[in-house]
Amino acid sequence: MSETTRYTISIYTENNIGLLNRISAIFLKRHINFLSFSTSQSEIPDVFRFIIVVKMTESGVKKIVQQIEKQVDVIKAFYHTDEETIFQESALYKVKSSYLFEERQIQNIIKDSHANIVTVSPEFFVIEKTGFRHETEKLREDLVPYGLLQFVRSGRISVTKSAMGISEILNNFNNQNND
Amino acid sequence: MKNEQSLHISGAEAVIRCLLAEGADLIYGYPGGAIMPIYDELYKFSDQLRHVLTRHEQGATHAAQGFARTSGKVGVAMATSGPGATNLVTGIADAQIDSTPMVCITGQVASHLLGSDAFQETDIIGISTPVTKWNYQITKASEIPKIMAKAFYIARSGRPGPVLIDITKDAQFEFFDFTYEKCKGIRSYQPVPAMDMAQVNEAAAVINAAKQPMIVWGQGVILGEAEEEFKDFVERSGIPSVWTILGLSALPTSHPLNMGMVGMHGNYGPNLLTNECDVLIAVGMRFDDRVTGNLATYAKQATVVHLEIDPAEISKNVHADYPVLGNCKESLLALTKLVEHKPLEEWRARFASYMETEYETVIKGDTLPTKEGLTMGETIVAINKYTGGDAVIVTDVGQHQMIACRYAEFIRSKSNVTSGGLGTMGFALPAAIGAKMGAEDRHVVAVIGDGGYQMTIQELGTIFQTGTAVKIVVLNNDYLGMVRQWQQLFFDKRYASTEMTNPDFVMIAKGYNIDAKRVSERSQLDAAVKEMIASDKPYFLEVCVEKEANVFPMIPTGASVSDIRLQ
Repeated sequence: MSETTRYTISIYTENNIGLLNRISAIFLKRHINFLSFSTSQSEIPDVFRFIIVVKMTESGVKKIVQQIEKQVDVIKAFYHTDEETIFQESALYKVKSSYLFEERQIQNIIKDSHANIVTVSPEFFVIEKTGFRHETEKLREDLVPYGLLQFVRSGRISVTKSAMGISEILNNFNNQNND
Repeated sequence: MKNEQSLHISGAEAVIRCLLAEGADLIYGYPGGAIMPIYDELYKFSDQLRHVLTRHEQGATHAAQGFARTSGKVGVAMATSGPGATNLVTGIADAQIDSTPMVCITGQVASHLLGSDAFQETDIIGISTPVTKWNYQITKASEIPKIMAKAFYIARSGRPGPVLIDITKDAQFEFFDFTYEKCKGIRSYQPVPAMDMAQVNEAAAVINAAKQPMIVWGQGVILGEAEEEFKDFVERSGIPSVWTILGLSALPTSHPLNMGMVGMHGNYGPNLLTNECDVLIAVGMRFDDRVTGNLATYAKQATVVHLEIDPAEISKNVHADYPVLGNCKESLLALTKLVEHKPLEEWRARFASYMETEYETVIKGDTLPTKEGLTMGETIVAINKYTGGDAVIVTDVGQHQMIACRYAEFIRSKSNVTSGGLGTMGFALPAAIGAKMGAEDRHVVAVIGDGGYQMTIQELGTIFQTGTAVKIVVLNNDYLGMVRQWQQLFFDKRYASTEMTNPDFVMIAKGYNIDAKRVSERSQLDAAVKEMIASDKPYFLEVCVEKEANVFPMIPTGASVSDIRLQ
C-alpha cells in the first residue's frame, strides 16, 4: 500500500439542500472517514465552501476530488497538504468560575496559552482558543485537573497559499452566457 | 425560446408544458396519490403527450432507458411518492452506471407534511442521491419551469445520466405565472471539457509511433454520436478495434477492423492481445472490472491513450499516459487528421489467428451445433438470418446476454440495448417496449433468460395493452444459468438455488393475448424464428435450450485477461 497523508479537501459549491448528502455519499461509498468537516460562506456571495480533512493516499484523494468535482452543484474542488495551506481549529472550554479566583495556576494557563476569556458568569467562565490541534489539545489537558465542564473543538478551517480562481470560473461562465 | 406571455396555470399543468417544451411526448409511469394532479393534466393533454402505463414502476424506468438508448432522446418515467418512488431506484441506478439520459418525476406528500412520516412519504431525494446525476425536490410551483429545464439539460448533456425531480403535491396544485426558457448552462457544471490540441498532438505522435496498437471503444462513441468519426479514425489508422459490451453496434460487425469484444466473456484475441499491444487507445470507455480483469496485470506493457468526456474517468482504474479530454466526436476528428495509415498486417493476422482458434473450440459448437440439444448461439444466428443482422437486440443479464452480444450481428448503431454496469436482471422485457417505441420502424428482439424474464414478466400486460410489436425470445434452460455455471466451475457443482421450476410460458403469453410458440427441437427452430420475425404483432418464442451449457471464453473473476479460458 502507498503511504497515506493528511489532505485538506476544499470544495466550492452552490448552496443547495442535499449537496452535503451527495458529497458525503462519495466518501461513504469508498469507506473513508472524515477527520474533520466544516462548511461556511466563501469569499464569493452565494458560494459555499466545504473543508474536509482526510488521511489517504495521494492517488486516492485525487480520485475522490475528481468524483466530487463531477457533481453538478460543485463549482470546483481541490486537495492540499498541510504545508500548502494555512489552517486553524477553534476550541471552547467551560470551567467553574470559582476556579478562576481560587486557583492562581489557572490564570497562568490562560495567559501562557494565549487563550481568550469569552464570558464570565457567577457559575462558569468560557475560554476560547484558536490554533493548531496540539495547542488546543495542550490547553484541554491543562484544564482537565480543574474540572472541565464542557469542551468542544471545531473542524479545521483553512485557506490555501495558492490562488483558487473561483471568481475567474464564474466570470468566464457569465461572459460565455452573455455572448 | 422564451414565451412572451405568461400563463396562469397549476404546477401540474406546468410540468406537462415543460415536458412538451423539451420534446418529451412519450412517458412511462404509474399513477398514485401524490402524483394525481399531474395525471389529471396528462388526461387533458393526452392528444399531445402519450403516457404508457407499465405494470410496475421499475418497468417504467427500464422502458424509459430502452427508449433513450434507441432514440437518443431523454427517457421520462413518472411515479407516485413512497413505494412508487422507491420502485424506480433500480432503473435509476442502472441508468447512472450505464450513462443513460433519463428524467424521473415523482410525486411527494404536501410540503407541510414533509418529515412527519406521512402516508406514502419517503425521502426519495436522500435515497436516490448516490445513483442520480442530479436530483431536486420542488416545493413551490414557481420553481417548476427552471428546475425541469435544468433536469433535461443535465440528463442529456456531457456524460448523460438520470435526474430525479420530486414534486410535492401542494406545488402541483398551486397556481402561478408560467413562462418557459430552456437551460443553456449551469455555472457549476461543465458538461464537456474543452478539447486541448496539445493533448491531441501528443496522442497522435504516440499512435503514429506504435507498432502494435489496439483500439478499445465503449458507449461514449454512441452517446457522443461519433460513429462516423470513429469509423473514419479506425479506417484511417488501420488499427484493430475491439469493443466493450455497451460499445457494441457502433461499428458494424462485418467491418474488417472490428475484432470483437473484450472482457470476461469477450473474444479470445482481443483479451490476449490487450496484454501484448504497445499502445492501447481507449475511446469513450471506463475500464470496468469486467473488461480489465486483474488491474495489476492489465495492459502493463502498453502506453494508454484515453479519449474521454468525463475527467473523473481519467486514471480512475487504468493510468492514462495520454488523456484526451472532450467529446470524442470532436477529438476523433482532430486525431484522424494527424494519424498515419499503417497496414499492420502481421499484427492484424494475430487477431485473425486467435479468432480461428476460438472458432474451432467455441464458436462452431455454439452456433453450428451437431450435438443434441438446442444452443443459445444457434438461436441468435437464426435471429440474425431473419432480421438481416439489422435488429435492435435487447438483452437481460446472464448467459443469454453474453451469447447474444457475442453472436448478434449489427449494421447500425444504437442497436444493442442491455444492462451493462449494473447487471439488472428484469431489464430486458420493459426495456424492449421502450426500445421499440424509440425505433418503431425496426425489428426489436428481446432475448431473455428464464430467470430475468420472470422478474418483470408483468410487463407483458403493457405489451398487450399498447400492442407494441416486440419479439420476445426466452432462452429457457430452467436454471439461473450464469450463476449455475460459476457454481459448476468454482463451487464444485453445488447448485444452490439456481434450478427453476418454470411455469408454462406459452400459456402465460397467450393469457396476455400474445402469439406464442415453444420449440425444443433443432428442426423447428428456423421456421419458428422466421414466423416470429415475419409477424407484425408482439410475439413470444420460448426456446428450450441445453440445460447445462457454459459460456466460453471466460476470464475468471480476479484473473488476468491473459488467463482467458477457452473451455
